[in-house]
Amino acid sequence: MAATTLDAPTQGSRVHQDTPKHDWGSPTIYFIALLLVATMLAPVVYIILGGFRTNSQITNSPAGLPAPWVFGNYLNVLKGGVFWQEVLNSTITAVATTIGVVVLGLMASYVLARYRFRGRGAMYTLFAAGLMFPMTVAITPLYLMIKSLGLINTLPGLILPQIAFALPVTIIILVPFLRAIPDEIEEAASIDGCSRLGFFFRMVVPLSVPGVVTVGILAFIGSWNSYLLPLFVLNNEATYTLPLGVQAFASQYSVDTAKVLAFTSLSMIPALVFFSLFERRIVGGLTGAVKG
Amino acid sequence: MNLLADGGSAAAVLPPSGAGRRRRGIGWAARLEIAALSGPAIIIFLTFVIFPVAMAAYYGFFSWKGYGRPTDFIGLRNYVVIFQDGLFIDALKHNAVIVVLSLVMQGPVAIGLALLLNKKMRGKSVIRVLIFVPYVISEVIVGTSWSLMLQTSGAVNDLLKSIGLGGFAHDWLSDPKIAIWSLMVIISWKYIGFAVLLFLAGLQGIPVELHEAASIDGASYWQIQRRITLPLLGPTVRIWAFLSIIGSLQLFDLVYIIWGQYIASTAGTSTMATYMVGNGRNSGNYGYGNAVAVVLFVISLVIALVYQRFVLRRDTEGALTEGKK
Repeated sequence: MAATTLDAPTQGSRVHQDTPKHDWGSPTIYFIALLLVATMLAPVVYIILGGFRTNSQITNSPAGLPAPWVFGNYLNVLKGGVFWQEVLNSTITAVATTIGVVVLGLMASYVLARYRFRGRGAMYTLFAAGLMFPMTVAITPLYLMIKSLGLINTLPGLILPQIAFALPVTIIILVPFLRAIPDEIEEAASIDGCSRLGFFFRMVVPLSVPGVVTVGILAFIGSWNSYLLPLFVLNNEATYTLPLGVQAFASQYSVDTAKVLAFTSLSMIPALVFFSLFERRIVGGLTGAVKG
Repeated sequence: MNLLADGGSAAAVLPPSGAGRRRRGIGWAARLEIAALSGPAIIIFLTFVIFPVAMAAYYGFFSWKGYGRPTDFIGLRNYVVIFQDGLFIDALKHNAVIVVLSLVMQGPVAIGLALLLNKKMRGKSVIRVLIFVPYVISEVIVGTSWSLMLQTSGAVNDLLKSIGLGGFAHDWLSDPKIAIWSLMVIISWKYIGFAVLLFLAGLQGIPVELHEAASIDGASYWQIQRRITLPLLGPTVRIWAFLSIIGSLQLFDLVYIIWGQYIASTAGTSTMATYMVGNGRNSGNYGYGNAVAVVLFVISLVIALVYQRFVLRRDTEGALTEGKK
């Protein structure tokens, strides 16, 4: 945010800040920005508006606007049980994954950041190496593993692997956060009779909230959107999460485009809401991760 | 950082910079705490990440349909078949094209956008949220909606006709000459928000004083960006490129959703991962699928190591490393 900070302090620096403005010319910036936003949003708007049209409207003029507006598609989806079942499955999976990642990740990061012991470097390397194993590579044996544990068609069959695969990133983000807590605080706490575990719960957990929020959001969105793992693990429609549901719905009603569009746009609302609420936190947390 | 989960990270190879702290000696209590706090994470990580990956290497030597224990040991024959299969070679080529085009198409645009969004302007925060929208919605939604729009009778062709460019209407998805470009447009649209987000984070780390000093010395806006901002953004760009390369090599969801396993190879968009799923699990050849997974992993690993050795090494104070205390 160079520009913002630059702008603030004194009259003197304001002058310099103004120079780039003249170079660009305000209208150009806004035009580019507008173009950008339009490009990013057009497909999304297409889905949402398409849900308000009828199939014949879509066939006659694929890129047109709703005329008249039809609400039946959305109401049909909302009234059906399938959509809500899938929302529930996705929510359970994402929430459980998020909690698991945060709790396990925070505990392990605390050990890595604030204990000195032999094998600490090895432990860190082990988790960091996990970044080299994306789920795509492991999916086939992972599927066999989940099958042998009897977790096929169950939500824990998604949750446990998702926690495991999100741990490396979580630990890499959280360790610097926890390491940055000044030793003096720990010493002060220890003088006041606080054990190290007590210090963990009373000081570390509250102080690491910004980092935790970042990893939590990333884990939640990752889980909410995940496709490959559910594709392998779930083959019973009752356990489908939203991404599989959207795909199943799209092939089941392939002739009913309007309904597919309505279903699709409803299914993206939760992730969008979640993201726009926490956007600042994500950027902030990433900044921490990127700059160490 | 879902993005990171898809790829690797510089930190994978860089050891943690040990904070040289004074510590009490480890007593049994501390050992117990260490075990209790890190045990659950280690167990779940070994069970669901390390163990399956190791098993892939083992299963890859067998002809195995996934029932019972693998007994039909065939040595390296799976690997020989993989590299003799024209479909796999095609997929490999597509991956290479996707890697290069992702870097070329997204990089410059994302840097430009990050510079733009780093300027002072009204509505900046709204724009920042909006350009991440594609990144946040799931691959399935992106795939479903783009394939509807790109159908021959879809919205894109309709739009082209209505503005008098009907001659440009194409069969965007199944024409092998065009399909890969359609895929690249979709990929760029979906993932550019992430690149911008990383670059914005990187820009925030550049000291304002440098810009001030340069502009006092009479440097223009563009000179400042070229001589100061871009070089200082280097480490972030190199990290992004790394993540992008790994992500492109592992690409699966979008291709599988839009083209499916069969059309992808005729349309020229198949990737190693779609080949793996199609010829492994979907056809019941688990031994073969695991061998493909190993090939995919080794290729990614080699590229990652080479990249880290020759590119990321330059960044002594690299981005995703733990930073210096």
